[in-house]
Amino acid sequence: MRVPAYDSRVTAAISLRGVHVTRGDAGSVLRGLDLDITAGETIALVGRSGAGKSTLLKVINGLIVPGRGEVIVEGRATRDWNPFELRRRIGYVLQDIGLFPHMTVGENVGVVPRLLGWEAARIARRVDEMLDLVALPPATYARRPATELSGGQRQRVGVARALAADPPILLMDEPFGALDPVTRAELHREFRRIQAQVRKTVVIVTHDMAEAFALATRVGVLDDGGIAQLDTPKALARTTDPRVRPLLEPLLEARAILG
Amino acid sequence: MSFIGFLAAHRAEFAALLWQHVLLVGASTLAAIAIGVPFGILAARRPRLGAPVVWIANVVQTIPSLAMFGFLLPVPLIGGLGARVAIVVLILYALLPVIRTTIAGIRGVDPSLVEAGTALGMTPAQLLRQVELPLAMPSIVAGIRVAAVIGVGTATIAAAVGAGGLGEYIFRGLSMVDPTVILAGAVPAAALALIVDGGLLLAERALRAPGRVPRRALAAGLVIAILGGAAVIAFRPAAGRGAVRVGSKNFTEQILLGEIVAQQLERAGLTVERRLNLGGTFICDRALRSGDIDVYVEYTGTADTAVFKEPVDTDRQRVLERVRRRYAEGGLTLLPPLGFENTFAILVRGEEARRLHLSTIEDAAAVSASWRAGFGYEFLQRADGYPGLSQKYGLRFAAPPTAMDLSLIYRALAERQVDLVAGDATSGLIAAYDLFMLQDNRRYFPPYDAAPVARAAALLGHPALREALDALAGRISIDDMRRMNQAVDAGREDPAAVARAFLARLEPRRPSKG
Repeated sequence: MRVPAYDSRVTAAISLRGVHVTRGDAGSVLRGLDLDITAGETIALVGRSGAGKSTLLKVINGLIVPGRGEVIVEGRATRDWNPFELRRRIGYVLQDIGLFPHMTVGENVGVVPRLLGWEAARIARRVDEMLDLVALPPATYARRPATELSGGQRQRVGVARALAADPPILLMDEPFGALDPVTRAELHREFRRIQAQVRKTVVIVTHDMAEAFALATRVGVLDDGGIAQLDTPKALARTTDPRVRPLLEPLLEARAILG
Repeated sequence: MSFIGFLAAHRAEFAALLWQHVLLVGASTLAAIAIGVPFGILAARRPRLGAPVVWIANVVQTIPSLAMFGFLLPVPLIGGLGARVAIVVLILYALLPVIRTTIAGIRGVDPSLVEAGTALGMTPAQLLRQVELPLAMPSIVAGIRVAAVIGVGTATIAAAVGAGGLGEYIFRGLSMVDPTVILAGAVPAAALALIVDGGLLLAERALRAPGRVPRRALAAGLVIAILGGAAVIAFRPAAGRGAVRVGSKNFTEQILLGEIVAQQLERAGLTVERRLNLGGTFICDRALRSGDIDVYVEYTGTADTAVFKEPVDTDRQRVLERVRRRYAEGGLTLLPPLGFENTFAILVRGEEARRLHLSTIEDAAAVSASWRAGFGYEFLQRADGYPGLSQKYGLRFAAPPTAMDLSLIYRALAERQVDLVAGDATSGLIAAYDLFMLQDNRRYFPPYDAAPVARAAALLGHPALREALDALAGRISIDDMRRMNQAVDAGREDPAAVARAFLARLEPRRPSKG
């Protein structure tokens, strides 16, 4: 049964219904997971390593087809989508970014528009726009080889590439994982600014509760192949759920030290 | 550096051979890319399918190139003397490096980049074109460079099947024992290999740099030019239908005999196409059986042992009859021998022979105990060489025989470093150094009578052919042959001119009709 989670004027952009994923000898990664993600919200999914966070994202963009259950994106089950069209409508920032080393920064950002067959002038305009959005001046960066970037710059290009074709949905897999804390905090600010501007449906997976709190409007905790709890950061901070508490410990500890 | 002078004197010919060489390598390398890269991609994706492909390519690589030419000559469509079979062989050799490096390149692509491409919505074909191939390109180009360099080298062998190229000079130089001519082929071939290797490296770097429109046009233009040129040489129509094609192996005596046969046929009013200087017995035999040549001169002993794999037989008549019969079974006709034998010659200094009244090997065995002997490496080792010879005649020497290079053996004898050698019965140096050939009176060596062998179909198709060849029966003495070899090898005379002079001298002795 379907319970509209939020205001009925906002449609559920993504719905997962009883999703089961079994992966080889790893056994069941997702066991009957249910999740509704509302259009325009930023949802963060937190969990330990191996909790199935990345699998969840891959189920959404059709890289993995669930054994049981269904995933509905924009009102259509993923198995009914042409997988390539589906993926082009979903921005994806990968865990290790995966910038193409044989392309310039601009070419990397323009990948999806090119797949969609946009004309060259439109792609060029869009690439400049995107680089401006992530605060990398196109005049300086567009023609630079993708290999000549710092870690933080690579993340920004990853975000620009994911947003280039203006997809309604953005998936981010540990997007700021490999960065130093200062750069990470800077990118968190950038992300909030960008999200305020573009208003996408964003799904972020992370193992870092602090990051989830910093970015998301709702935070879900993945445990044992399902969602243990899903709530606003504020509500989640008060939980007594033994599956969720340990993930909050480092955060509360830091808060206690700082007073 | 005298080969530069040679090249300057043969500018036009050199340019033509160089261009043929470039076309052979260019066309075969392009074809190997067109075949090898898709196979490599397939093999990288499906290891089970790929393993046998790599395995076959490996096996192909181990086949010696001359043998490969021999195998392919009789194959319909791709076979036949000329550029076509050469290009096929070159493709086969170029495939392995291209396939291997394509597999390595595709497999070496970071899996996270493949995942990124997929996640962004690329189809497998787009992934291949936009991510995998560009990233595999340095590896693939490395393979293409290896293939092209191997091609430049192997293409020199292509001269053995009449495909032209710089190998013409190398084979010509080898058969004339003229290092200048060898260098005229070998040095430009080596330079070409370096240029091709460096050029491809630069091309790959340029392709990776930005600015894509002109480079595509450029690459396409180059591909079209090379394929077009290759098509022209590969499918150029064979010379006139009525022509009799005369072949020869690749040493001086054979080229002379080829010229003599060719000119003899021309005198009889036949149209002749020369396919001289082919790469050895195996190639000539294959070419004859596949109809690429109509006639060449073979030696009975060589045909018996090398072509028909018979054990060594020293009975002259029996060998001749057996070879004639075996040829006939294959639709080939052995014509009457020309009159000389190119056998092993046991040689002593002429002065010694006269002083000691030596005429046979048996005579020499009686006095050889104080002599030193020199033999070629192969003759020294083979059971049908020195070991058997010493047994047959009871030859004894003062010291174990010295192993020497065949080209030095005549001079070593003349300069008294040794007293007895095994040489070549038709060598021009025998007369030049006043050496004496001892008679093999106990018939140790098999007979090597030179005789034309022709396709029976050609004999039927050209009634004048048999008559012209029969007219040469018994007309070339061993002295004639030695003189002609000497004129070409030492005198640097043109084989065609030497053959012409010989036939002119022969003419008056021809029995006049009516």
